[in-house]
Formats: sequence, structure tokens, C-alpha cells
Amino acid sequence: MWSYLAKRLLHTLPIALAVTVLCFSLVHLAPGDPLSAVLPSDASQEVVDSVKATYGLDQPLPAQYLRWLGRALEGDLGRSIASGRPVIEEIGKAIGNSLLLAGLAAVLAFSVGSVLGIVAGYRHGSATDRLLSSLAIAGVSVPHYWLGIVLVAVFSARLNWLPAMGAGPDGSGDWTLQHLPYVVLPVLTLAAMPAGIVMRSVRALVAETLGKEFITGLVAKGMGQGAVFRHLAKNIAPTTLAVMGVQLGYLMAGSILVETVFSWPGTGLLLNTAILQRDIPLLQGTIFVLALFFVGLNLLVDLLQPLLDPRMQRA
Amino acid sequence: MLNSSHPLRSVACLAPCGTGYRASGPIARPLRPAMKTLQAFVAGALLCASLGAAHAAGTLRIAMTASDIPLPNGQTDQGAEGMRFMGYTVFEALVAYDLSSADKSTALVPGLASEWSVDPANKLRWTFKLRPGVKFHDGSAFNADAVVWNLDKILNSKAEQFDTKQAAQGRGRIPTVASYKVLNDLTVEITTSEVNALLPFQMAWIVMSSPAQWQAAGKNWDAFLKSPSGTGPFKLESYVPRERAVLARNAAYWDKARVPKLDKLVLLPVPDASARVAALRSGQVDWIEAPPPDAIDSIKTAGFAITSNVYPHVWPWHFSRVEGSPWNDIRVRKAANLAIDREGMKQLLGGMMVSAKGMVPPNSPWFGKPAFEVKYDVAAAKALMAQAGYSKDKPLKVKSIISPSGSGQMQPQLMNELIQQNLAEIGIQVEFDVRDWNALLANWRAGAKDPGTKGATTTNSSYFSQDPFTALIRHVDSGLMPPKGTNWGYYSDPEMDKFFDGVRTEFDTRAQLALIQKAHEKYVNDALFLFVAHDVAPRAMTRKVKGFVQPQNWFLDFSSISMD
Repeated sequence: MWSYLAKRLLHTLPIALAVTVLCFSLVHLAPGDPLSAVLPSDASQEVVDSVKATYGLDQPLPAQYLRWLGRALEGDLGRSIASGRPVIEEIGKAIGNSLLLAGLAAVLAFSVGSVLGIVAGYRHGSATDRLLSSLAIAGVSVPHYWLGIVLVAVFSARLNWLPAMGAGPDGSGDWTLQHLPYVVLPVLTLAAMPAGIVMRSVRALVAETLGKEFITGLVAKGMGQGAVFRHLAKNIAPTTLAVMGVQLGYLMAGSILVETVFSWPGTGLLLNTAILQRDIPLLQGTIFVLALFFVGLNLLVDLLQPLLDPRMQRA
Repeated sequence: MLNSSHPLRSVACLAPCGTGYRASGPIARPLRPAMKTLQAFVAGALLCASLGAAHAAGTLRIAMTASDIPLPNGQTDQGAEGMRFMGYTVFEALVAYDLSSADKSTALVPGLASEWSVDPANKLRWTFKLRPGVKFHDGSAFNADAVVWNLDKILNSKAEQFDTKQAAQGRGRIPTVASYKVLNDLTVEITTSEVNALLPFQMAWIVMSSPAQWQAAGKNWDAFLKSPSGTGPFKLESYVPRERAVLARNAAYWDKARVPKLDKLVLLPVPDASARVAALRSGQVDWIEAPPPDAIDSIKTAGFAITSNVYPHVWPWHFSRVEGSPWNDIRVRKAANLAIDREGMKQLLGGMMVSAKGMVPPNSPWFGKPAFEVKYDVAAAKALMAQAGYSKDKPLKVKSIISPSGSGQMQPQLMNELIQQNLAEIGIQVEFDVRDWNALLANWRAGAKDPGTKGATTTNSSYFSQDPFTALIRHVDSGLMPPKGTNWGYYSDPEMDKFFDGVRTEFDTRAQLALIQKAHEKYVNDALFLFVAHDVAPRAMTRKVKGFVQPQNWFLDFSSISMD
């Protein structure tokens, strides 16, 4: 087990390094000047050049990259050009807010998706299955931001039931009961797609597993529905876990539009702002941390799967 | 990461299975408690929403277009919006704008300086007399030492209070300030490097932070942000970066006529336009900046007020005047100006624009009396194009840099498409080079001769025209070609330069005004730009907001506002 863990960790290192090169190159490929959003719009090129030198942005890109990487290894992701605040501080606060959204959306999506997937799988081919499958396809196909706007239009603008934006009555701050209404619409929006994907996956897995000989054997031996279900659950758990792991990663990294629609102060909104402002240190720092999160999450899933399915351990 | 034998690979291609094994009943039953929990959750959420929506009387909540709270350090960021909401609420400058009327152009008035003058014998030497009895929010006195300390903050890189961020915002605003010193506790002398009659306009940008508070914050600007101190009518009560700032009334404000009526002013950064509209309609905010034109009718129908007023902004096409540019022909420039259906454009924008007839709005005192009238006259435009050798059958082909969005850009795609259609009518075939707003600005600074211009001969950047320099001088002064300035088109005309020299060196305000008018008349008579529109700064607010005056300015006075 330990050698497997060490091997997986070693595999992660080149991936993380490749991520740093990729995110550094991508943010510098985008046109525009990182200082445009910081300086007054009528600042001359002369002023821009002098401020650029202050931030070290006049150096060749490889030199900028190496300097950034050296600092990043020490845990310093630099300072945001736009706000002047340490990037690590900005990401630290935003990632907590995004984790809250992603975590709640994951719990909602995975529970709803699993339950509906099992129902559809058990009733495969029936009207219930078709109805639930249609719902799942709708969840997967409806764009996040569109669903968010519609939910806001109905529940905030028309009915005035729930807040349209923000993370709490006084900002994100310490979590209290008053923050609860603020998470409802973003979580529903964010959960729609993974719920559909999990539902479709679980449905297919249940239907396939129910068709296997060992299930027929168990039923023939007179085993009760509950006991059969436990066997079924064990068989579908590893794949379901893998699907959920990937979806959790997407929920963290892919919430940029949802967080923008709801002005939710998480990593998605931070990325959006950094892109629009060409805030390079903030942009590459956020992408880097999110990419590491994604890599770490996949590593965790890979490590958990053999615990759920001993066959994978032997392999 | 998924390995090659990962079972997930088989999920997507699973076909319906043949064996039918259906469970009956037990699946649905466990859902009932879950439904009850959900009902309880929604009920709780609704209760909390109503609690969260409650707010103190006299609190005005504003959704800004900015993506972050303007820094409360003094010389704030986020452009004019930052100055509007943070720069001139918590802090103040020596010179201010009269923002009390919606009907007249805003003039400079005394701010923290009660008067200023230039030495008639040495026009480089200015004296600013400071208002007595003014205190910073921390209780320390505002005096000449504080002014010099604040100028060092942005101009003297060796001063311990020098702040790169504030310097980036403020230094470029006062390029001619060469030195400054304390004459007595309430008098400061500023010496300029060249004669500069526009210094009062420029000093209106430079706001004053408290030296004592900076000392108390451990001489650290990051710490200062947590408890900033200025002299303005509002004090910063709390500040959560990227989320909200709460400003509270400064009851001890020096100008008793302008002590705010509001208890609190809450600033929220909401860059997404539809999110701002939803926040207004759900009652989360009382006021939104820049509602999208297509939402204005529905906002009005829902009972909200829309306010607007012309202000110093222009949305033009800036012509390249480098060698070979077709816009070097005045007939083509005039024809283009006569071809634009500005009233049609206004309808497209829901009435939210003023047709441009020059660089400044027609009611501006700087407009003058140009001989050439910018209007919609296709026949005259066609005749001019024919004289220049072009027609619909033999069109002039031009390339224009435009952006899909951007600060002050209004609805650039819609507006540019209408212009493209209008110009095609008179034989000008326009090809767009659409660039991100940031990339457009970078090229605007680099100039029309930059290789990045890629053959374009116009660029579409909207302009702030708050003072004579930003309105007129910076665009066409031959001394401000890139990289020194932002004369993007490399325009050069000795007569225009002479007007500008006069504007800079004339201290008699009437004579200076006459020179500004002459410069503007030349702008229009020579059709130096394609004059299209002036924005009207639409805002939407609840009917509870009382006493708001929208002046003809980028900045606002919140002192007169109260909430029902």
C-alpha cells in the first residue's frame, strides 16, 4: 500500500509541474496588458512601462516563470496586481467559499443522483425510468448560467423568496444561520449537472449489474431485496466514487459562471475577475491551486478505490 | 487520474440490459422523510431571507459595476467609479466639483483648500490656502504638513509613506508638479515644472489620507486599509475585499450643509449586469449602476426609478492620421460624420444616449460655435465621398478596431454594427478587428503606428472628458504622441498646439474658456473624430431613495440623499 502511495505521489509531481508551465504560458498568451486595469485609462505608454518594470513584468517570460516557480515552492504566489493583496490570502478566502458551495452541491447532487439512478436502474425501461432519464439529460444539458439566471428571475426577482447574489447579509464572514438562504440558489444551479451525470452513471451501472449472473444466483438462493441491494451497492461503489470524484473537481473548478451569476466570492468569481483584469499573479495562482486540488482529488479517489474494490488492489 | 483499466471507461457505452429485475416499493418510502427535511429547510431559508433583507433606516445599498471594492487607502483604484464611491466619500481633495445641480455644467469649487492662486510674477508658483478647523476621521488635524505628506506619498519614492499603488493612480494626474513646501500651518506652495493653468483641475484628483492614522497603523498601508481615515463626509466602518464596504455618516464633517442624511452607505461590487438587476428587483440593493438598456423598460414597469443625465463622456471613432490613412482627407471625415443615424442609435439604446456633435456635449460651455454641424445628412455625405473619389460601387475600405465590451463602451457591438451599415450607404466599407477591451487599450497607448495596429485606421475607445486636458488636449497635442501620451492617431497641427499652449498658460478664466472653445470648434470643423454619442450614466433605484441629484459629472454627492 505504501509503495503504491509513493508511486502515485511521484506520478503527481510531473503533472503538477506541467500544470505550472501550462497555466503560466496560457495566461501570457492572452492579449492585453496586465497593468491596464490597474492604471488610470489615460495613463501613457511611458507610465505603463515604468510601472511594468516595478512589477518585474518587463523581464523575459522564462525568467518570470522561474522566479514565480521559486516563490511558489516556498508557498508565496506573489501579490495581486489589481488589489495589492497576497495571492495566497485571496485564494485562501475564496477557496473556502467555493468549497462550501461545491461541498453542498456535491452532497445534493450525489444523493439525488444516486437515489434516482438506483430507482431508474431498478425500473429499467419503464415509464419511471424514461421520466427520470429525461430529467437527468435536462440536468446535464441545461447551461449552468442559464439555469442560474432563471432561478434568480423566479425565486429572487419575482417571488422575492431568496437572495439573488452574495454569500451572506454581511459578506461571507463567519457562517451563521443567516447565510443559509444565500447558498440555496447557487447550490441548486451547481448541483443540476453532476446530479444528472451521477444519475445516468448509477442507472447504467445498476441496470448492468442487475443483469449479471451472480444477482440471478443470489435471488435464486432466496436472498432478500435488502441483501441483494447490499451486493449491488458494493459492485457499483468504485465506479460511482470515480464519477463523483471527477464531478467534485469540476464543481470546484467549473463554477466560474455560477459564481459570477450569483456574485459568490469564490475561486470562480476570483478567476473571472483576474481574467478580465489581466491580473496575472492572481490568475496563475488560482489556476495552479485549483489544478493541484484536482490532481489531489483524483489521487484520493485512486487511493480509495482499492479499499472499496479489493480486485483493484490485486491488479 | 484514471488508469487504463478504469471501470469508468465502460460507463458511457453501457446499453440497456436485457435482464429485468425490478424492485417494487421500497425505494420511494425513504424519500418521505427527505421531503419533510427539504420543506423544513426551505421554510428556514425563507425566514432567514426575510431577516437578511431587513436593514437599518437610512441605509443605502449600492451595487457597483466594479469587480472589487475600491481600495480605501486614499488615492483609490477602480477608475472614476472608485473615485465616485470611495475617493470622494471617505477622502477629499484640495479642489472639488460643485455636484449640487443637475441642470448646469459642474464647476470647480473650493474643497479642502478654501482658495488658491498663482503668483503673477512667477506663474510656476502656486499657493493653496487650506480650510481651517478640518479634522481627519481619527481626530488629527488636516494642515499643510498633511498636504505635503500626501504629495510625498505619491511623488517621492524615497519618502517612507511612498505607496506604489497610490503613486500609480495619482502621479500621472499631476505631471507638472515639481516641488511643494509648507509656508505656514494652513498654506502650501506648489511649484510646477512649466506654466500650467490647469493645475486646479489636476489637483481635484489628489485626495488626502491621514498621516496620523498611517502612523497608528504601524506605517503600513495594508494595515491602514483596515481602518482608513480621511476628511470626507463618510467614514469607513467595515471593509471586506471583493464583497462589501460599509460607510457610516461622519457627523463631525466640516461642511455642516453637507453632513450626510444617510446613516450608512453600503457598497457592493457586482460586475455582472443581470446580477445587478436581479439584486435590485429582489430588494437586496436599493440602487444599481449601469442597468443594461434592454432591462430598463422592465425595471421601470416594476416600479423602480431610472435616472440619467449627460456627463463628460464621449463615444467616438478615433481616426489614424499617419501617412496613407484615408482619414487624412477632410471630405471623408466629414462625410462619415454626416452618415451616422444617431437618432436611430438612440432608439436602439432605449433613449440612453445623447447624440454627439463634437467631443463635448452640445450644452457644455466648451462647445463653442463650430461652423460645421454634425448631423444626419446622407445626401451631403454621398456628395463629399464622390468628391473624394468614392461611392457605393467604388467603396473606400477601412479597418476599425472595436471591442465587444469595456468600461464606458456602452453597447459597442450594436452601435458599431449600425455605424458599419450607415457608412456602407455612402461608400465606406468597414471591416472590424474585434479585440478584447484590454487589448484595445494596450494598442491605444501604443499608437496607430504600432505593428499591433495591423492596418486599422480607426479605434473605438470611449473617453472621459472631465477637464480640458482629458477632453481635448491629450488626443491631438503633437507633444503627446506615443509613448509620451495618448495621441493615438499621431495628429499634428500647429494651430491646435497653439490653442493648447494658450489653454495651459492663460490664467484668466474667461480668456481660457475662449481658447478651449476655439480648440473644440477646430475639432468639429475639421471633423477630427467620428463623433457618435455621449453616455447618460443610467442608474436604477428604488422609490425609497430621496433627494438624489444626478449632476453632469462622473462623480456624485451622497450627502443630500435619504431613504424613505
